[in-house]
Amino acid sequence: MSNLQVIKPGWQSTIQDGGRRGYFRDGLSEGGAMDEHAYHWANTLLENDLDSACIEILMGQFEAVFDADTTIAITGADLDARINGREVKHWSTHPVKAGDRIAFKQPRNGLRAYLAVAGGWQTPVRFGSRSVVMRERLGGLDGGPLRAEDRLSYLPNLNAPRRCVAPNYIPDYQAELTLKVVPGYQYRDFSNASRLRFTTSEYRVSNRIDRMGYKLEGPAVSTEQSGVISEGIALGAIQIPQDGNPIVLMRDRQTIGGYPKIGCVTSLDCSRLSQRGPGAVVSFEFSDIATVQADRQIFDRFFRASSRSPSGQPLN
Amino acid sequence: MKLDVVSENAILVELGDAICESLIPRMVAVEHAIEQALGEVLVDLIPSYTTLLCVYDLNKVDYQWMLKALTKVLDQIESQPALSAEGKRVEIPVWYDPEVGYDLERLADQKNLSIEVLINKHSGKDYQVFALGFSPGFAFLGRVDESIAAPRHSSPRSAVAPGSVGIADFQTAIYPIESPGGWNIVGRSPQRMFDPDRGDHQAALLQVGDRVRFKPIERSTFVELGGHLE
Repeated sequence: MSNLQVIKPGWQSTIQDGGRRGYFRDGLSEGGAMDEHAYHWANTLLENDLDSACIEILMGQFEAVFDADTTIAITGADLDARINGREVKHWSTHPVKAGDRIAFKQPRNGLRAYLAVAGGWQTPVRFGSRSVVMRERLGGLDGGPLRAEDRLSYLPNLNAPRRCVAPNYIPDYQAELTLKVVPGYQYRDFSNASRLRFTTSEYRVSNRIDRMGYKLEGPAVSTEQSGVISEGIALGAIQIPQDGNPIVLMRDRQTIGGYPKIGCVTSLDCSRLSQRGPGAVVSFEFSDIATVQADRQIFDRFFRASSRSPSGQPLN
Repeated sequence: MKLDVVSENAILVELGDAICESLIPRMVAVEHAIEQALGEVLVDLIPSYTTLLCVYDLNKVDYQWMLKALTKVLDQIESQPALSAEGKRVEIPVWYDPEVGYDLERLADQKNLSIEVLINKHSGKDYQVFALGFSPGFAFLGRVDESIAAPRHSSPRSAVAPGSVGIADFQTAIYPIESPGGWNIVGRSPQRMFDPDRGDHQAALLQVGDRVRFKPIERSTFVELGGHLE
């Protein structure tokens, strides 16, 4: 088995795949790649299984060395990625040789980059997934983020394709973002004025953001309900705590909770939100469930089709 | 019973609007019926107090199909008002002692009870598992006798030892792993509440619908059973 040896782990670099499902009722969080668009592209470029594990690198300061030849793909945030000190193309595959050093320096656009390897990173599967949920000490090598001197195994593979993502599929993570929301049943508990404020105001991403949730700041959305009986929480649920500042619950959210919720951000928009850092401006719009389901089906079909007949464009 | 679309791939089944021990066996029966009828399209189910969150695969079926299918299952259940499902009954040993039950003496004082009476009240009845959450294997049990119910600490402890047994309002629970927590700690159990070595689907000792009874043990038994001392 070949290894990637971590030199500098960075702010927070974690092994992530499609997430952990089927254990919510035991209290296990979903976990999984925060930005599914970038994550799927990383695996698609390499013709990996769509659920293969990638390294999710938050904001850079990451450095590691390969000990055998292989092919990698880099997608997601532009963290000024370099191989042996030379700047490399994002949203693209790259052949690497034994001894090559990869580095992600600092964020230039977006927060989270995905580093995939041909065949996927080979860490143990825990409860059906390789994803790290730090709070639960599950996944990855030891339940935590990568550390210096960690060794990540990969399968030797010399036949991976060389490809890049066509420019029209590459998002600008600094663009304005409107989050589509499916109104939940507790929507009825919010006054007309509150709902109007929610959809007509701009909210700023606060500095209280992590893999569990994104706290936003802006005009307070109030509800007379201070809490509900704890119930299961879906991805993207927008909790409204006492201070009226919405919290969007992300991949590492707890499975149940009792704050009132005005609705649920779509999974595709949760991915977009996960690339926004403190200070970014977002707004909300209500959408209907049929449209939102169709959007997600199109997304999934696109990547399933790509994994059968490879997409992306050949590198010149 | 009521159905609500809550997200692009989840529908909430509401079975009642108040927390009630007798609702749980009914909820577990509904959980089993949904699983049996719709297992193919379900991603997961989360039972919790009065609701069941059904997460499904939107690439297999859409929300309209799911609402119809759930309505059919629930109609069948409603025509069988006696249908309910019992979980397993689990006895959990607890060493009740101020050495590990940081709040035991204070709570007894506050409630004008002797420590012995407090222990008898806590261990003298079966509890229902209402929900799992907070951390893997953390089961919310209830209801505790009103005479020993107590609100959470206003500022939580930064670390509560694994196995700690606590009371918060009408509920009691065992902390599976070391975590921050505001519950009133009255003792500690050597029982592992979450153990991946038992196998993926047996890792969490308790499931919603199980019944729990606490059994007071001595320090020596606690240690013998592998209990965790600081």
